[in-house]
Amino acid sequence: MKILCCVKRVPAPGAKINVTADGQDVDAAHLGFTTSPHEECAVEGAVQLIEEHGGEVTVLTLGTGDAEEQLRYAVSVGATHGVLVEADTIQWDPQRTAQAITAAVQELEVDEPFDLIMFGNESADAGGFQVGIRTAMALGRPIVQGIKGVEIGDDTITARREIDGGFEVYKLPRPAVLGIKEGLNLPRYPTMKGRLASKKVELNSITASAAEGGQVRVKLHRPEETVSETVILGTGAEAAAAVVDVLDELGVL
Amino acid sequence: MSDFPTSAKVVVIGAGIVGNCLVGHLARLGWTDLVLLDKGPLPNPGGSTGHASNFIFPVDHNKEMALLGEQSANQYRDMNLSVDSGGIEVARTQERMDELQRRMTSAKAWGIEAHLLDPAQVKELVPFVNEDVILGGFYCPTVSVVDSLETGTVMRKEAIEKAGCQVFANTEVLDILTDDNPRPNGRRKVTGVVTDKGTIDAEYVVVACGVWSNQIAYMADTYIPLVPAVHQMADVGPLDVLAETNNEIGYPIVRDMDTFCYERQSAGSMEVGSYAHRPILHHPDEIPSNEEAALSPTEMPFTADDFDQQMEEAIELMDMLGDAEIKYAINGLLSLTPDAMPCLGELPDVENFWAASAVWVKEGPGMAQVVAEWMTHGYPRVIDSHGADVARFYDEEKSDEHIWARASEHFNKTYGIVHPAEQWDSRRHLVQAPFKSRQEALGAEFFQARVWERPQWYTSNADLVERYGLEERPVEWDNRWWNPITVGEHLNLRENCGLIDLSAFQIYELEGPGAVEFADYLAVNKIDVPVGRSVYTPWLNQDGGFHSDLTMMRMAEDRVRIVTGVFDGGRDEFWVRKHMPNDGSVTFTNLTKQISTLGLWGPNAPAVLGQLTDHNLSYEGSPYGSYRPVTIAGVECHLFRISYVGDTGWEVYMPWDEAGTVFDAIMEAGEDHGLRITGGGVYSLSGRIEKGYRLMGAELESEYNPVEAGLARPKVKAADFIGKEAYLAAREAGAEVQCVTLIVDDNVDSDGNERFMQGGNEPILTPDGERIVDSHGRVSRVTTAGYSPSLGKNLLMGYLPNALAVPGTKLQSMYMNELYSCTVVGSGAAFDPEDTRLKS
Amino acid sequence: MLLVILEHENGQLVEAAREALTFGRVLAEKMGKDLEAAIIGSDDDDLVEAAGQYGAETVHTVTHDLLTDYGPDACGSVIAQMVESLDPDAVLSCGSDRGNEFMANAAARLDAPFVANCTDVNPGDTWEMTRVQWGGSLLEDATLTADVPLLTCGLHAVAAEIGDEEDADTEAFDVDLDESVTITMVKDRVVQEAGVTLPTAPVVVGGGRGVGSENGFGQLEELANLLGGRVGCSRAVTNLGWRPHADQVGQTGTRIAPEIYIASGISGAIQHWVGAMASKHILAINIDKESNMVTKADWAVIGDLHEVIPAIIAEVQSRKG
Repeated sequence: MKILCCVKRVPAPGAKINVTADGQDVDAAHLGFTTSPHEECAVEGAVQLIEEHGGEVTVLTLGTGDAEEQLRYAVSVGATHGVLVEADTIQWDPQRTAQAITAAVQELEVDEPFDLIMFGNESADAGGFQVGIRTAMALGRPIVQGIKGVEIGDDTITARREIDGGFEVYKLPRPAVLGIKEGLNLPRYPTMKGRLASKKVELNSITASAAEGGQVRVKLHRPEETVSETVILGTGAEAAAAVVDVLDELGVL
Repeated sequence: MSDFPTSAKVVVIGAGIVGNCLVGHLARLGWTDLVLLDKGPLPNPGGSTGHASNFIFPVDHNKEMALLGEQSANQYRDMNLSVDSGGIEVARTQERMDELQRRMTSAKAWGIEAHLLDPAQVKELVPFVNEDVILGGFYCPTVSVVDSLETGTVMRKEAIEKAGCQVFANTEVLDILTDDNPRPNGRRKVTGVVTDKGTIDAEYVVVACGVWSNQIAYMADTYIPLVPAVHQMADVGPLDVLAETNNEIGYPIVRDMDTFCYERQSAGSMEVGSYAHRPILHHPDEIPSNEEAALSPTEMPFTADDFDQQMEEAIELMDMLGDAEIKYAINGLLSLTPDAMPCLGELPDVENFWAASAVWVKEGPGMAQVVAEWMTHGYPRVIDSHGADVARFYDEEKSDEHIWARASEHFNKTYGIVHPAEQWDSRRHLVQAPFKSRQEALGAEFFQARVWERPQWYTSNADLVERYGLEERPVEWDNRWWNPITVGEHLNLRENCGLIDLSAFQIYELEGPGAVEFADYLAVNKIDVPVGRSVYTPWLNQDGGFHSDLTMMRMAEDRVRIVTGVFDGGRDEFWVRKHMPNDGSVTFTNLTKQISTLGLWGPNAPAVLGQLTDHNLSYEGSPYGSYRPVTIAGVECHLFRISYVGDTGWEVYMPWDEAGTVFDAIMEAGEDHGLRITGGGVYSLSGRIEKGYRLMGAELESEYNPVEAGLARPKVKAADFIGKEAYLAAREAGAEVQCVTLIVDDNVDSDGNERFMQGGNEPILTPDGERIVDSHGRVSRVTTAGYSPSLGKNLLMGYLPNALAVPGTKLQSMYMNELYSCTVVGSGAAFDPEDTRLKS
Repeated sequence: MLLVILEHENGQLVEAAREALTFGRVLAEKMGKDLEAAIIGSDDDDLVEAAGQYGAETVHTVTHDLLTDYGPDACGSVIAQMVESLDPDAVLSCGSDRGNEFMANAAARLDAPFVANCTDVNPGDTWEMTRVQWGGSLLEDATLTADVPLLTCGLHAVAAEIGDEEDADTEAFDVDLDESVTITMVKDRVVQEAGVTLPTAPVVVGGGRGVGSENGFGQLEELANLLGGRVGCSRAVTNLGWRPHADQVGQTGTRIAPEIYIASGISGAIQHWVGAMASKHILAINIDKESNMVTKADWAVIGDLHEVIPAIIAEVQSRKG
């Protein structure tokens, strides 16, 4: 079985994000980087699937050389191959990104298509919600989003999507594409050996070229902070009465 | 909610292990009106304490670090926030195994239980160790694991309860206020702290800010020399064998010394820490705020590439780690100083502004106590803290360039094997004598004393090795940073004469109507002597222990010169400025780089000098201790009749810019008298140890008084001086210990090699091999060790209880974990005890 | 005209649809155009009426044999055909899970740009908008050049507000669909729990790392049950394995909008805040009075949650009798 996971390298912020002086990027000077959370689960999901069914997992990312860190991380938790689709920046618009990834996938699918391609539902930062969908449709494959459960059968991929109070079941023929949501699994951490092995893996590189799309970023900024006074109801257990007064007023008692 | 205070007696900035313990200790010492601030939240504001590995390996070769570590470990134990997990330092190389012998020696000195284990024994204690990659281990059952966060909380609560300490978290210091007008003593005074919640007028301000300390110091236009640096750590797990202990820590901690890593159990995971990666230093500006940080400001994103080699090595030692998941990994920040010692004490240029920085969890409570006592008594009582004294730094050491270069150099030596005489690679030749080019031409082998380069020996004297039939030492460790040339220089000095560069002397002058009185206030011995006389004197602290040991000269009616050693210059200058009157009656000038000094000693010294001056050089014309102006080669110099090497001669003081002329003149005059340029190996060690001369920082420390050191004069002057009351009481009580010299009877080790003791702090033991501890808990240890060329024997100095200080007493000393019998010479000199050479 | 695609469930417009119409009214006015709506898979009068109440002047209903359930390709195909036939000036939906999905699908079919999760849109030769990044912790100003702009408004960017309550005209829209659109249709539904779910709970009691352990959540569950609510948690808690991901309140978890969110032992990292910020009121219980969560909350209790929560439980029980 061959699975492809498409991941994005994003900063890992704390309780406050800063923007660079020119407003173009998140100020990641003091920040570490990680794979966007939905995609981390996708990679774990893919690794679990090949542990069950046998096969290989390829992880692909569009980005600068820095993004190799995320590819190696994926290998350290069990992915087989890593592919960097080299771009001058990761802030390409969604259409352009999808175009480049589609071309890369086509280049990689020499003999046969990936049984399953997994994207994150959306990236933690830009949150465009569309790269997976555009890529799948360009490849002529079905895609559903919001997936938190995957099973692979001989011809069919069964995918579950959470809704309020339960889940929906989708059945897609192979080869298919899924937009994964965090919650699919609890990703493992790399083992020390996994980390060391990932250093030795040779990553592939594909140069990307794609046309700019219609959406252009002008700048990033923080939302206006609504400064409001927090009313301290008290300290410790003695504040309980005041709390319940509030609950009563709100009508939730 | 309490209002934000507008004033306080003491503001402590930083609520990590040090700040918390400090307010606790201040409260215990009776201080009130305290305020503790931190820009982060409580209980964990996000400094180095928050991610510390929290273990204490008590054995250290350095006395301050060892004793404060042990003292802190006991404070943690007293609070029931400590577990003795035990710890093993494993060796992968023979060189390390030799170092472990040195560890055993230090363990014996400090009275810490320790055992040398073979690989099988290590494996018994830590079954998951791969015994094939190790040669043995140094096991210390009292290695402990502590809860530093809870300790800080407990101490802080004590301060709140006992002293009403006010605590403000999430409060950032924006500025330190000082008065703008430096006084005659050159110091400003701290007046308060500006925070984002308001300004607090304060009498005392203490910086316990860890990695941010230098940044806070800058706000007051001063320096706490340290740099934030990374030390990587990773938590890997789960590991069944660890989880099965059902304990936070069930197995001893392992320090894999040769790979500079440690492995410490943390419940079901193993924390692997490393000091092996490239030094990664950060500017404080690069440290994120509490809000910006994904974890905490001092838990920075992990750079996995830097850790990979250590991972491999850790797996080599503990195979099970290979399949463990890396659950948590950080580039943790800690503080590094230029010389790897902490920064404690009052800032020299700002009165009442204190440093309590660059302190590890393992000495946290102890060092907090040091600072609290220092603030209370004028000097710490728990231990002599000259090594950590923030006043020790010279200006050249305070630059970022210096701090970064040195921190980078010593970071990878955190678990290193550091020779006692080891020299730095970086930042050399910062300050040199004016005869530098002549010294280089003569083949000077330079050793560095803080920032000053001093020749230790000269290769141009290599012929002396043959002349005196000298040999290299058989064991490489003893031969390192040493050369038999220095023995040749010593013998030549005693036979003919030697010329020694003393330009690194720190020279100050006090002038004014109050100068002599002030000088008398600093010194034990009387300074109000006739012009031209010098006085060798201790300076004591309030408790009567040594703060300094130096020479003072009455230059004129109202002018006193002070000459002290290069290792003590920073602290001594601070002491003068601190105690100087500010009514304008005394001015202070530092003449160090205006005056150069040479030492000329040996039986032929008078003959050599006699060619250059008509001045009467006999004992009548140039009495011992006299300080006379003399012209040499047309240069106005001063001759000071004194000897720290035990042979007759002078220290010659000359203007810096004309020093070369004098140097050349003396060297030329000495050609026919066997004069050789001579290095510091003779001045600092072999010459002095033969004469039993005490050295500040070795024999002389705040823990001992002049009576015990054998430096008490028959009478005490009438004038008041610092520590007089305590000194009088010490004289009244008499000393229970004496400073003595011992001869090593037989220095052949169990391999049949001659050994040459060095390093200091080795234990002095009874013939039964027991430690010797006096009623104050002070242990008898080697304060100086060195080879005596004149006697052909190794000599040791140290303190012994009176009963054992009797000449001829047989005792033992340990060196590299072997016992050597020695004999007490007594409190006088081992060589020429009647000082005939000085009187000739 | 501005065409708004409306989500519906069980014969009712979902809240997201009402928000989209509210947002659309403002946008249509800026555009100086009519506001029209589309209902895919139903021509129910109630739906049409509801659409009219929220401002749609004309509602295009689409029914087809193949439109038996939700499917992104089905919706996307319909929208693409509407764009081609009805010639709207722009198409808008709400940035719900489905909304972003079918709009992206339509965009892919049309090879047109699609801008998701806008908070403010200004039409022009080049459209200018502000959109959400990092789940709402950061905003992006962007421009859009397209023949027919395709947009979603961020979920809860506006509160749904009834419009002029005029009657809307209805028009049936004919679509051409083939079997292929059914591939991605919902094939089955499983109901796991009746009653209150996290996204709809009126009260959520959240716990963070400060709860200390899996067992520590017992108190929170007790309180939540008493108040007819649900337990939520931070990402740190799910990463530690103390609670399932379904309980996670956050950017990559669930976004809640309760009457009150009681956040205990939660510091308030941005990705958690994103999941909680639509709460109508927030009470924070924390030992650090300057943690992010406390600063953003309406009320706070400073203290140890393990002392505070049992006290609240006792007080609630005593008042309920």
